[in-house]
Amino acid sequence: MSTATASKGTASTGTAPKLKTSAMIASFADPGQKTASAPFGHALVKAAQENDRIVGLTADLGKYTDMHIFAQAFPERFFQMGMAEQLLFGAAAGLAETGLVPFASTYSVFAARRAYDFLCLDSAEPNLNVNIVGGLPGLTTGYGPSHQATEDMAIFRGMPNLTIVDPCDSIDIEQAVPQLAASEGPTYLRLLRGNVPTVLDEYGYTFELGKAKVLRGGNDVVFISSGLMTMRALQAAKALAEHNVDVAVVHTPTIKPFDAATVLAEINTDRLAVTLENHSVIGGLFETVASAVVTAGLGKKVVPVALPDEFLDAGALPTLHERYGLSVQRIVAKVLAELG
Amino acid sequence: MTATEEARMTATQETVATAAERIHNVSAAAYRIRHHALNMGEVQGQGYVGQALGAADMLAAVYADQLRFQAADPEWEGRDRFLLSTGHYAIGHYAALAEAGIVPVEELETYGSDDSRLPMSGMSTYTPGMEISGGSLGHGLTIAVGMALGLRYQGSTARVYNFLSDGELDEGSTWEAAMGAHHHQLGNLTAMVDINALQADGKTDTVLRTEPVTEKWESFGWYTQRVDGNNMAELLQAFDNAAAQAAAVGRPSVILCDTKVGRGVPLLEEREKAHFMRIEEHEWQQCREQLTAGYEGRASR
Repeated sequence: MSTATASKGTASTGTAPKLKTSAMIASFADPGQKTASAPFGHALVKAAQENDRIVGLTADLGKYTDMHIFAQAFPERFFQMGMAEQLLFGAAAGLAETGLVPFASTYSVFAARRAYDFLCLDSAEPNLNVNIVGGLPGLTTGYGPSHQATEDMAIFRGMPNLTIVDPCDSIDIEQAVPQLAASEGPTYLRLLRGNVPTVLDEYGYTFELGKAKVLRGGNDVVFISSGLMTMRALQAAKALAEHNVDVAVVHTPTIKPFDAATVLAEINTDRLAVTLENHSVIGGLFETVASAVVTAGLGKKVVPVALPDEFLDAGALPTLHERYGLSVQRIVAKVLAELG
Repeated sequence: MTATEEARMTATQETVATAAERIHNVSAAAYRIRHHALNMGEVQGQGYVGQALGAADMLAAVYADQLRFQAADPEWEGRDRFLLSTGHYAIGHYAALAEAGIVPVEELETYGSDDSRLPMSGMSTYTPGMEISGGSLGHGLTIAVGMALGLRYQGSTARVYNFLSDGELDEGSTWEAAMGAHHHQLGNLTAMVDINALQADGKTDTVLRTEPVTEKWESFGWYTQRVDGNNMAELLQAFDNAAAQAAAVGRPSVILCDTKVGRGVPLLEEREKAHFMRIEEHEWQQCREQLTAGYEGRASR
């Protein structure tokens, strides 16, 4: 907040041009990085070709959640609910009550903050197969707190029956969608949309709902990460190798139910343990891991890389990721400082 | 008089007789629903008896006349869906489910007791025939929209009924759903609003003014009827009108029912209206006697 306030009304006098916030959905892909276009939309179409009970809904954000791909492929199985998120999720529950498998998309902020009661009582309590698709999770837009769902997992983790998935890349999303459709009960997918980086194909990885996967081994540090921060964790691991620091990376795309067994086995060593998440330090991956560690009586320090417990600034994503510690550079600096 | 005319005359007389019989039968069901509700209220010593008595005619019209269901198979796929979004009206709904043969009458005395299938606030996970978990008000119509869409998409001719209270008209989500139902032309959806003009904190017009209710629903594009919700002939006519224009694709329908809290029991009709009505131990029998006297008085007229 301080940064925004300080610059308000002050003409830019520096030599470097200021970065622009640009579109609402800024890409976090690095220049030249391999990407896939609208992986969620295409995965949903593929799943729907095999499962005729799948239907899609949105609340006036079809184009912004890649749901438009499904709407074009299956117009008769797509329901536009208008900018009415309570109706969106109430109706999704009603569709599920008739035996259909709805995927309902909006931004994460609206799903978590605005429609919580409808998700909780209409889908989670009767354990219906309603799949929530939330765009702009964590810090993936520069539009400020109205659109930045920095506490969505904190809100949703307390909801009984709800499965929470925080995918890293296009591979995760493509493989998660049919598994979410097949799993009983409600799910929440932290959507990455547009041109989504393809990262995990280099690691012999497959997404399994409820499972954490060790992507690489390392002797000095173990990263436990989810979402797009797994991409950053892998990049930071490579950068740290140049400092002679050997880093393991464990990807935990399913936040709930959490694969504590795999994660604790990796944490219960002499290595520095670091969690990395695109979410507030309150109530997300860090606290999920911390709770597992304490419950198991490990007495182990865990260092969080996470967004601060604050309302974040507006601005360009690279600027904000650097400011709030999600950039590779900041991760590397933090690990080196911890290692002394 | 020709044979044809004679036949026509007989048919008309039969229709009149059948119509009277129909009203009589559904009124009898309403009487039994009220009786059940009083018995359940006595077990708890208090509760939403006033609402159950007020809404008993609406519930009887649904369960004894309109709804297609199979008592032995509450999950029957072809059934019409009745969604109670006002969870606290469960006492009245349980009474109607007993009248419909879906819940045994003997089970009603477990209402609100530990481990009962009949909790104070209605939940689908507890009770056969209970389609949704109501209670958080303003949910029912949004779920009804999804159900109506889902049934229509799957080619079902089942209809969806949503029971709302006038208090639920305070909730923005109700109007999101009203817009959505019209946008999607859910002609298989009928909403019924119990307008008892009473909310938790007092009279509706002092809590949050909802009138003009009729004009609101009309402006949202619904086929709108407003009736005396304690007049069985008016109620059945309204349901018939709604049924006549029900279609897979068409206007959704709403029946606005003005009702009286405590209806059928003068002692309670005259009592100061409260959301959660207190009834003394010795008064329950008196309530039942007044109910029966009133019902028999009307039936013999």
